[in-house]
Amino acid sequence: MDVQLKRGLLDICVLAAIKDDDSYGYKIIRDMKPYIALSESTLYTILKRLETAQMLTVRTAQHGGRLRKYYHITHKGLKRIEDFRSEWDEMLSIYRFVTKEDSENG
Amino acid sequence: MDKRDFLALLRVRLSDLPQADIDERLNFYSEIIDDYVEEGLTEDEAVSRIGAVNAVAAQILAEASLPQADESSKKSCNPWKITVIVLTSPIWLSLLVSAVAVAVSVFVSLWAVIISLWSVFITLSACAVAGIAGGVALSFSGNITPGIAMIGAGLVCGGLAIFTFYGCKAATRGTILLTKNLVTSTINRLRRKEAAQCEN
Repeated sequence: MDVQLKRGLLDICVLAAIKDDDSYGYKIIRDMKPYIALSESTLYTILKRLETAQMLTVRTAQHGGRLRKYYHITHKGLKRIEDFRSEWDEMLSIYRFVTKEDSENG
Repeated sequence: MDKRDFLALLRVRLSDLPQADIDERLNFYSEIIDDYVEEGLTEDEAVSRIGAVNAVAAQILAEASLPQADESSKKSCNPWKITVIVLTSPIWLSLLVSAVAVAVSVFVSLWAVIISLWSVFITLSACAVAGIAGGVALSFSGNITPGIAMIGAGLVCGGLAIFTFYGCKAATRGTILLTKNLVTSTINRLRRKEAAQCEN
């Protein structure tokens, strides 16, 4: 898949993973696993990028005698998911246009 | 490999990054390994789930170097530096012109040697042809002894011409190579200097 496209999609996926509840690194990977494989290193980069873009905030909390970072989606992050939904319709029509000839021939 | 070894090795591999960045990344991996262990994996299994240290470090360093590369390409020359360069142009421009003139004269004299070598070869070849032809003509006209001497001299010239040809060829090749190397190294040096000046 195109790197830029995949990068954008992964950002949305991570936002979606923390949309309903605050989540942490391991849980994000686990929740995404049935849909898309994500390495720990890639997740770190995405979380960092989303934090810089103010689409999520980070808080550290105690968990079983150790510290764990929890990621919380912001309004900006929620809006990004909303935007993605409307962009997706556009994307689908592009997809239909691109595959038009194939379906006509086949 | 257990968690401690993994993190220690990763710290070494990432030592080029800023300290705060390394700490933050190591905390992130440490937390995920702990979570894997909490889910029932052993530390070794959790570490191998994350991947080989070298591969993880390579990925991190590759990602970290991307924004830096973008920044350096965006850097432009300082306007003050440009002003100074323009104002001092009467000094450095004349120096530059004389430097170029010296370089050109070096190349011209180098190639003059090559041209004279080839002219020696051409002269020897001409002598060989003329000597043999003249000697044959002289022999037929009755002067056999001077004719044979002339043919001999022509053959000697021919032999020398063959030797000279190989010498000329090698010298030409060497000079072409030298010219090419000097030109490319000068261009590279200028480019590097320009880049270094712009970055400061």
